Amino acid sequence: MGMTMTQKILAAHAGLESVTAGQLIEARLDLVLGNDVTTPVAIKEFAKIGVDKVFDKSKIAIVPDHFTPNKDILSAEHCKQVREFAHKYEVENYFEVGEMGIEHCLIPEKGLAVPGDAIIGADSHTCTYGALGAFSTGVGSTDMACAMAAGETWFKVPPALKFELVGKPAKWVSGKDIILHIIGMIGVDGALYKSMEYCGDGLQHLSMDDRFCIANMAIEAGAKNGIFPVDEKTRAYVKEHATRAGTEYTADPDAEYEATYTIDLSKLRPTVAFPHLPENTKTIDDVGSIKLDQVVIGSCTNGRIEDMRMAAGILRGKKVAKGLRVLIFPGTQNISLQMIDEGLMQDFIKAGAVVSPATCGPCLGGHMGILAKGERALATTNRNFVGRMGSPESEVYLSSPAVAAASALTGFITDPEKI
Amino acid sequence: MKAKGSVFKYGDNVDTDVIIPARYLNDSNPAALASHCMEDIDATFPQRVKQGDIMVANKNFGCGSSREHAPIAIKASGISCVIAETFARIFYRNAINIGLPILECPQAAKAISEGDEVEIDFTTGKITNLKSNETYQAEPFPAFMQDLMAVGGLVERTRKKLGVA
Repeated sequence: MGMTMTQKILAAHAGLESVTAGQLIEARLDLVLGNDVTTPVAIKEFAKIGVDKVFDKSKIAIVPDHFTPNKDILSAEHCKQVREFAHKYEVENYFEVGEMGIEHCLIPEKGLAVPGDAIIGADSHTCTYGALGAFSTGVGSTDMACAMAAGETWFKVPPALKFELVGKPAKWVSGKDIILHIIGMIGVDGALYKSMEYCGDGLQHLSMDDRFCIANMAIEAGAKNGIFPVDEKTRAYVKEHATRAGTEYTADPDAEYEATYTIDLSKLRPTVAFPHLPENTKTIDDVGSIKLDQVVIGSCTNGRIEDMRMAAGILRGKKVAKGLRVLIFPGTQNISLQMIDEGLMQDFIKAGAVVSPATCGPCLGGHMGILAKGERALATTNRNFVGRMGSPESEVYLSSPAVAAASALTGFITDPEKI
Repeated sequence: MKAKGSVFKYGDNVDTDVIIPARYLNDSNPAALASHCMEDIDATFPQRVKQGDIMVANKNFGCGSSREHAPIAIKASGISCVIAETFARIFYRNAINIGLPILECPQAAKAISEGDEVEIDFTTGKITNLKSNETYQAEPFPAFMQDLMAVGGLVERTRKKLGVA
C-alpha cells in the first residue's frame, strides 16, 4: 500500500522500507526544540536520565520567547536555568533576547527546519514546519528531555486527511482564513491524531507565510501535523535561509486517506473564530456588530513580514479607533528590521499602534497585553480559549491580519473591503 | 492496582489553558501549579479536590498547548485517574510520561456524573460507578504503552536504552 508524505518521512527516519497508520515506531530526529516555559521542566527530567551530554549540540534549539524579555522574577529564574543549561551542554542554537524571535517564526528563518526533516518541539505549534515539507509535531517536556539525550523518539504513525485546495483566493482571503475555515468545518478534534496533508492547484497561490500559518494551526484541529508538498516557493525559501536543501518527499498516488476535502479557495470569505473555540467560525458577512477593546497583530501564526505588510498597508495614513489598544508583535528581530526598512514601523506608530519586541506575550495571556474582566480582543493568534489572553471573563476573537487591521480602524470587527 | 474516589465532571474540549492558565507557568513547582488547577472553569476545584478523586470529561480532553504542567497540576492535585471519551494527543503522551493514569472510555465518560463515587481496576480496565452500580470497560493500552509504563516511564526507558540505568 502507498504511503502519505508524513508516513514516508517517518519511515525514512525509522530506517524502515514502509510504515502503516497505527504502527508504533522509533524515529531519529533532526531537531529537538524547547522554549522558556517547557525547557525548565525538561531540564529536570534530563537530569534524571543521567547522561553527561546531549545527543547532538547542533540539533537542539532553545528559544526563550514566552515570558521574555523576562516578565517577572520567577520567569527570570526559568530563563536563567535555560540559559545555563544551554551553556553547559553547548547547545548551538540557543537564542538570547536580542537575537531571538517567536520560535516558530525564528526556526525556519534560521534555516533549522528543511524539507524531509523529522522535528519535535515542546511547544504545540511546532507543527508550523510542515509548511516546508517536514514532519514536525508538538510534544511535552519529558519527551523533549529524552529526545535531547537519545536523539530519537516514539511515534504512532498517523492516518491522514487530504485537503485538496483549488482555485485562487480573493484579495482579502489569506492562509489564516483558509485554516479557520477548515477548523470550522472539521472541528477542534476533527483531525485528532491525524496528519493534515495539503495538495491541489490552489497551493500555487499560497505564499510560504500563508503555508506557515496554515500548518501552524493544525494543532487547533487536534492534528499531529500538517504538511505541504515541496514546490518552487519552498525551494526558494530554503535556499535563502538554510545551508541544507533537505529531502523532498511526495505522497504515493495510492496513499490512503481517511477522508478527502476539496476546498475552492475562490469561494472563501474572510473568517473569524468566536469565543471560546477556534471551531466557532463565521464569515465576515455574518459577524454582526462586535465592539473591541484591543487588537493584537502578530504571533507564531501571523507575525511574519507579509502579515506586517498587510496590516501596515491598511493602517497607513490612518488612525486607529479612539480608545482601542492596537498591539503589533513581529515574529523576529529580522522581521522588525525589515519593517523599519520598508517603513512599516512608521505606518504602525503613526496610526497609533504600539510595536513590541518579538515575544509570545499576549497570545497566551503571559504579559504585554492582558485583558481585564469583560474586555474583548480581536487577535491574529491561534487560540481563543477561556482566559487565554487574561481574565477568564474576557473574550478573544481570531482573524487574519487584514481583518484585524481593518477592525483596528473602526473599533468593531470589520471587513477590510469596507475600509 | 485500583483507584477509588468521587468524580469531578467536565465537558468537551477541556484545554490545557483552563487546566493550568499560562499566567501561572512562571512557576513549575507541582504544588504551586495544583493550587490553580482548573480554576478558570471551576473556581473551587483546588479547595474541594481530595487525594484519590477522579476526573471525568467528554471528548478531546487536554487540547491546546503542549504544557506538561497540565497533567502535572492534575496529578499534584491528588487526582488518581482521568477518564475521557478521547484525549488530545500531546496530553495523552504527557500523562503517560509523567505517570498520571488516564483511561479512554466513551461509555463511562457519558454515564458518570459530578459527585459519583467511582472505582477503577487498572489491571482489567473495569470502571465501576458505585452510585449507579454500572460498569464500563476502558480501552486497553497498546502493548507498547503498557511496556513503557511497566519500565517506569519514558525517562527510565531512555536510561535503559542508553545503557545508563
